[in-house]
Amino acid sequence: MTQSHGATLTEYEPIIGSSAIEELRQLARYFRGKRVVMVNSTRVGGGVAEILSRMVPILLEMGIRVRWEVIEGSDPFYKVTKKFHNALHGKQESITPDMFEVFLEQGRHNARKLTLDDDVVFIHDPQPLTLVDGRARRPDATWVWRCHIDVSRPHPGVWGFLQPYILQYDAAVYSAPAFVQRLAMRQVLIAPSIDPLSDKNRELEPSVIDEVLRRLEIPRDRPIVTQVSRFDYLKDPLGVIDAFRRVRRSVKCRLVLAGGPATDDPEAEEVLALARERAKDDPEIHLLMLPPQSDIEINALQRASAVVVQKSLREGFGLTVSEALWKARPVVASAVGGIPLQVKHGYSGLLVHSIEGAAYAIRQLLNSPEYAKRLGENGREHVRQNFLLTRHLTDYLVTFLCARQRSDTIHLDNHQ
Amino acid sequence: MSATTVVKAQTPFKFYTSFILEEATGLRAATLPQLLHWLRQVPDGCLYHHTHYFLLSHHYLTPGPTNDFAYWVTEVLGEEPLGELLASIDTMQHASLQSLRDAVIETIDSYLKQHPIARFKFASEGEEFHFVKSIHVVVPTPWSAWTLEEFADSLQRVTVYSLYYHVFDSRLRLGRPTNDFAIWLEQQFGQTELAKETAAVDPYAHTLETLRALLVSLVRQQLDRDDPEPRRDAH
Repeated sequence: MTQSHGATLTEYEPIIGSSAIEELRQLARYFRGKRVVMVNSTRVGGGVAEILSRMVPILLEMGIRVRWEVIEGSDPFYKVTKKFHNALHGKQESITPDMFEVFLEQGRHNARKLTLDDDVVFIHDPQPLTLVDGRARRPDATWVWRCHIDVSRPHPGVWGFLQPYILQYDAAVYSAPAFVQRLAMRQVLIAPSIDPLSDKNRELEPSVIDEVLRRLEIPRDRPIVTQVSRFDYLKDPLGVIDAFRRVRRSVKCRLVLAGGPATDDPEAEEVLALARERAKDDPEIHLLMLPPQSDIEINALQRASAVVVQKSLREGFGLTVSEALWKARPVVASAVGGIPLQVKHGYSGLLVHSIEGAAYAIRQLLNSPEYAKRLGENGREHVRQNFLLTRHLTDYLVTFLCARQRSDTIHLDNHQ
Repeated sequence: MSATTVVKAQTPFKFYTSFILEEATGLRAATLPQLLHWLRQVPDGCLYHHTHYFLLSHHYLTPGPTNDFAYWVTEVLGEEPLGELLASIDTMQHASLQSLRDAVIETIDSYLKQHPIARFKFASEGEEFHFVKSIHVVVPTPWSAWTLEEFADSLQRVTVYSLYYHVFDSRLRLGRPTNDFAIWLEQQFGQTELAKETAAVDPYAHTLETLRALLVSLVRQQLDRDDPEPRRDAH
């Protein structure tokens, strides 16, 4: 198999077209001679690090002097930021005044370690947020904060503490309109993205798909319905099993629930055990606990599926939906979090609100392959236009260009 | 007059493209009265966004939903008759965003008067209508045209975003009488018929790729009329 990492911009040309690549290069020329720094809290693991590891080489390739800095943390700091993270998501957390001090002290430490005198400073998530206190050193620089989490119902104490820092930025970026608070500043919406050249999303030879399914012992004697997600109550694997059983009353099919081990999630084993109990050794229900780095396996499972399901009860952005749509798979997904941005009901998939609704939608798609095919094809085009890495990169560059301007229309002349 | 293929314009057509960012307003509606309330107050950029961005982000759909209001009212609130009325608002008939806003407000307002019970339909949590505004960053592309031949070639090559900018942005958002292509054809070549035909194409009735094919075809037909011989390179 070929290694997919480190793709160059030219490799995206067959996917998005040469004109779009040229426009991106042209946009990058506005940053000629400028320096950009990305700051986040980890170099590996998690969606932010993954996307930065792919974006930074492309920005460099386009001639932008970009660097990627990672803040330092301590155990107490990360315990506090984990609590902040949960609290911002709306989870009940006990927050004490000393936690704010731990957060601020680590911020001061990082401010001493990092020299952020670049033209554009792009800060990801709350952990490095307070670095903005140092922006007075270079007032003409553009500071942008990227919030990757849903802050629609934040813990008021934590939000109130962070808000004065957020307001010091020129712009804040969120993934979906529902995730945003009303603030007197420019708040931009930029959806996350998938990389069509990554192992999880690139084209696979049929023989590779066959081999993976053989290895995972999933017969291809009937249509496969798949949900790829952690074993987490909020992903509702038990609801998916119930929906599947309703579908199977009239349509022969198999169900695959594929997830990975989550060492930081003590509930995962519990949910998997409940799913096993609900499946009751049903030979047509396949519960897969895939090891880390199973991107090719996930890719093959999605491609082999007749329908891909994402029946979450709550969701962040839910990029597994875009992964499935990119493979032109018909998708049945809950109308929660960022999923309605990816699926327009009846156009690029079907949105549902219940187990019964999910069963009905899956049955519709299994019984109407032409309809399912059309939804899948529309879904792929939707992802091509809106949820690929190149669009994400374009939106970031445009944000940097207009963060300090208040007008709704900004005309840029030819770059020098 | 010599064939238009080799007639040069005095001013070339310069293709621009528009990068569009979505800006959150934090305003949301869960019911039709709330939708009406905010529709009366949001900036024009919101109206433009919700009547055009869907078209751009779903431009591969034929026939596509025309605007976010129609989609939300139909798919989330389940008020299909109102969704149909909103979808059928002919954007081409409105010369300004204010006029378009009035039409959307009037459609919802009259519907609520006729169907008062619709006031009580509400979107469940997470499915509210979020008002978003478009920010446009306009940049020049490398493409320009001095002749009709070059114009057709460039039109074939630019991104759909460039096409979108010259066709949609120019008319409704920037307040020009028609799309940029028609204006240039008229001013530079006196191609009144071609300009009229180009202006008459309803961009809302096509995907952007179909629109591109239609416009290119109109220009090529003109070139064929001017120069029935096998086409030669204009340079």
